[in-house]
Formats: sequence, C-alpha cells, structure tokens
Amino acid sequence: MLLLTCPCCGVTAEETEFAPGGEAHLTRHGPGSDDDAFESYMFNRKNVMGVHFERWRHAYGCGKWFIAARCTVTLEVFGTYPAQTTEPPPGIVEKIKAKRPEWEGYK
Amino acid sequence: MKRYSAFAIAREALRQHRGWTEAWPSPAPRDRYDVVIVGAGGHGLATAYYLGKNHGITNVAVIDKGWLGGGNTGRNTTIIRSNYLQDPSAAIYEKSRALYETLSQDLNYNIMFSPRGVMMLAQTEHEKRGYLRTERANALQGVDTRFISPAEVKKLVPIINLDGPRYPVLGALWQARAGTARHDAVAWGYARACAAMGMHVIENCAVTGVEAVGGQVTAVNTTRGTIGCKKLGIVVAGHSGKLAEMAGFRLPVESVALQALVSEPIKPCMDVVVMANTVHGYMSQSDKGEMVIGGGADGYNNYTQRGSWHHIEETVRALCETFPMIARLKMLRQWGGIVDMTGDRSPIISKTPLSGCFINCGWGTGGFKAIPGSGWAMADLMAKGESPLAGAFSMYRFREGRFIDESVAAGVAH
Ligand SMILES: Cc1cc2nc3c(=O)[nH]c(=O)nc-3n(C[C@H](O)[C@H](O)[C@H](O)COP(=O)(O)OP(=O)(O)OC[C@H]3O[C@@H](n4cnc5c(N)ncnc54)[C@H](O)[C@@H]3O)c2cc1C
Ligand SMILES: [Zn+2]
Repeated sequence: MLLLTCPCCGVTAEETEFAPGGEAHLTRHGPGSDDDAFESYMFNRKNVMGVHFERWRHAYGCGKWFIAARCTVTLEVFGTYPAQTTEPPPGIVEKIKAKRPEWEGYK
Repeated sequence: MKRYSAFAIAREALRQHRGWTEAWPSPAPRDRYDVVIVGAGGHGLATAYYLGKNHGITNVAVIDKGWLGGGNTGRNTTIIRSNYLQDPSAAIYEKSRALYETLSQDLNYNIMFSPRGVMMLAQTEHEKRGYLRTERANALQGVDTRFISPAEVKKLVPIINLDGPRYPVLGALWQARAGTARHDAVAWGYARACAAMGMHVIENCAVTGVEAVGGQVTAVNTTRGTIGCKKLGIVVAGHSGKLAEMAGFRLPVESVALQALVSEPIKPCMDVVVMANTVHGYMSQSDKGEMVIGGGADGYNNYTQRGSWHHIEETVRALCETFPMIARLKMLRQWGGIVDMTGDRSPIISKTPLSGCFINCGWGTGGFKAIPGSGWAMADLMAKGESPLAGAFSMYRFREGRFIDESVAAGVAH
C-alpha cells in the first residue's frame, strides 16, 4: 500500500484515496505533428524499472492532479509535487540522487 | 531422452524408480546459435518448439534470468478460453485452444488440460448486451460459445447466488470447450521437447545488452558471456520495456502487478471456471481442491511481483456475494506477477526497428491460454518473416490506428 501526500491540499493518505494517471511530463503532440511524435506521445511509454515520474489524482479528496516520484522496483515514494511543471523540480531530483546515486537523472 | 508412458512407469516401479533420467539437461551456453530466444516462459519455449517442429530450425537457445517458468507462466490462474470479440484474436486464441487439446500427446508430457468449461457472468444489462454481441461474433468466427440463462448457470454452478443484491446474474457467456491446464507442466513439457530436438534451455542467465552491427542484431550480452545469434526473439512479458531499451526502441507497453490467491483445499464443489468481470473476480477449483481466485490488476507501474492489498479485498468481497459459501474459507497463499499491458489489451507479435530482432509481448493478464498459438505464430514470423496469425498484432498497429480492441473480452484479468 503506497502512502502519498497531495501537494495541493497537504493530505497524506493511502493509495486508495488516489487514482493513478500514468507517466508524467509527456509533451502533447496533436494535429499537425508527424507520426513518430504522435505515436511516441500517445502510445509509447518509458515503463521505467527504477525511478518513475507519474501522475496521480486526489480522487477522494481535493480532486486535483499532482505528480509523484516513485521507485517501481521497491515502491519507495521519493516525493510529490504540483502538476504545473514540465520536468521534476530540483528539490525532488536532489532527494532521489541522495537515495539512488546510480540514477542517471531525468531523461 | 526416454519417452514417458504407462509402460515406463510400470518398468520403473519394478526397479525402485532408479532408471529415470533428468527431464531436460542444463547445458552451458555455446558461443553462438542461429536463434536466441530471451525468456523461458511459455511463449518463449513454445516459439522455440515450433521453430524446430514446423520449420526444422533447431540450433536454438532459450535463455532465462531465473528458472524456467518462474515468470507469469508459473504464476497465473490457468484459464484457457477463446471467446474474444475481434477476428484476429479469435483466430489466434482458438488456434491455441485447439493445440492445447492434444498438447499432452504432442509433447509426451501431461499438461493436465481440463476442458471443464468457462462461463463469464453477465451481471449488468450492459454486460449482457456485450456478451450477446460476442456470442454472435464467435458464431461467425467458428468459436463455439453460447449465451445461457440464469437457470442454466445455476444448474452448472449450484453454489452460485443468482440474485445479487448488488449484481444479480442475468445470464452468462458459456464456452464448453474452454478450461484449465497445469501451468508449470506447459513450460516443462515444451522445455523437454525443445531439449529433445537438441536445443539449449539455459537458466540463471540474464540478458544485459543487445549487440547490433549496421542495424542488424548480432549478439546478446548475458551474465554468462556474450552469445552470438542471427535472429533474436524477445519474449519477456513484464520486462519487455527493459529488453526493448537494450535493443534501442520503445514499446506501447506498461508493466503492472496482477495478483491471485488460493484457499485451503475443500471437497469438490465447482467443476467449471466462473468469471465475474463486472466485479473483477473469477474462481475455479484446482485438482487439489483449492479455490483459485484472481482479481484485477493494479493501476500503476510496478516490478515488485507484489500487488496492493485492497485489490484482493475488493475481489474477495465481490466473490463472497456471488458465492456465499466461500465467505468462511481461509486463504492459503497470495502472489503477484508483472504483466505487460498494451493500450488495446491485445498482444504484440512483431518485427522491430532492429533487423533480425523480433518481439512477442503485451499478453498482459491473459496470455497463458495463448501459449501454443502464440509460439506457432512467432515461429512462423521468425522463420519466414510473416505469419497469417501474427500479422494483425504488429507493434506498428498503434501508429497506424489499427487497434484490436479487446478491453471488453479482457475486461478482467485472466
Ligand atoms: C496472477 C496472474 C493470473 C493470470 N491468469 C491467467 C489466466 O487465468 N489465463 C491466462 O490465459 N493468462 C493468465 N495470466 C497471464 C499469463 O500468465 C501471461 O500472459 C503469460 O504467462 C506470459 O507468458 P510469457 O512466456 O510471455 O512470460 P513469462 O512467463 O513471464 O516469461 C518471461 C520470462 O522472461 C524472463 N526474463 C525477463 N527478463 C529477462 C532478461 N533480462 N534476461 C533473461 N530472461 C529474462 C523471466 O525470468 C521470465 O521467466 C495471469 C497472470 C498473472 C500474473
Ligand atoms: Zn488533495
């Protein structure tokens, strides 16, 4: 059972209070984009074995989206941050690097 | 390799069983093979088997990072059925089900195929309409299914509670020729048959890299050295993303945990498989008497082979309503497997951007039933470059918009 903290309302709760929303920081490619870009945005996923950035929604709380940094091998949650960002904030990146020195950084 | 038979058992009984030899050898890897298959689960082993049997290609190694069948092939709830909706699915799942019927004889290994019948309960009006549609589609595809009434359901499953209250049983999609088989035996039987053709099944050998020259695969790096190959088959289920990364491409696949559990053994009480897709639960009784229960998959990426507790709670709560008598059963074991999910809930059997490298994955929550048919199709594809069964399941179907939408047929994990 994951414990997540919603950065929007500050509540810490079990995963049943939240809804998972898949890989975070995708750049949307819509009409007019080429096939490769669209396929990569719409279907292909990193499916990381290790440090993963993913969207969650505080479904049974404030209802807002946020992003969690989590290890898919140990289920450790490194931290959460608001969804209004295109890449992980430096604070989270440092925290992960301290715990996973071998991590190659966000790509 | 000596054949198994009733006569062999009698002969060995007379000499204190000292004449049995190992079921398959454990060879050291050679420097190179014509074909290397990564992943000794059912799909990888079946691919190797049909490469030998149907195409005469036997200079083959199947390598696995763990022990043979230790992935999802040894972790599933063994349901075999072919009542899917779309034509390409019906073709490959029905081929597979048909191959299962004679697989014990073909492999000279008892895989305990039990065509006991599988029913999928309709518990909402919406679901009922969906299954009536599947019944018609199956009739056109030559798959023998029938929509049965609540009274027929009760006759086949006396322990069921038809009247809800939350989810009354409105009927069921019934496939009498569907059933179960012994999962480990499927892996072991294929491995033994592969070894008998001279192939190498190599355990405890993890692939750590893929080598290529000029866009053509040449070798794999493993924890037991580099192994050269002309063709490479990646058949690693939940680890497909990792292997694809080594081979330099990305997949429309995400890995999540799926769980199952079994109860203490009880006397025979249910001789068919019952799936309740609306409430995300399904159940059958094993030959040992345990009730085998499966539920839904987690919603987030996971490689831990453990799932979330609340999924079990939801599954069991729903099944207790439909089968009140299981409410006081003790559960003995619970486990998880990492399943490879695609967006349209259909598998990928495909060429890849790397020449000579093929991939078979995306079976998600329901690939045990497909092992023989999938191996057959993958072997065609690797030997001849094309396969009528595999054609529609190319990994390029997503960008081309040719989905094979089975989110209804595969609505629950099975
Ligand atoms: C709980 C559960 C219940 C299920 N119930 C059903 C069911 O009732 N009916 C049904 O049809 N399907 C069911 N399934 C799905 C089914 O189990 C799978 O689709 C199927 O077994 C996949 O087989 P596979 O050979 O592709 O993968 P696996 O059996 O997982 O084999 C892949 C192999 O690849 C190896 N591997 C991974 N990485 C590497 C590497 N780097 N180097 C070397 N080897 C590697 C692994 O060790 C593993 O042995 C269920 C699955 C689960 C988890
Ligand atoms: Zn909140």
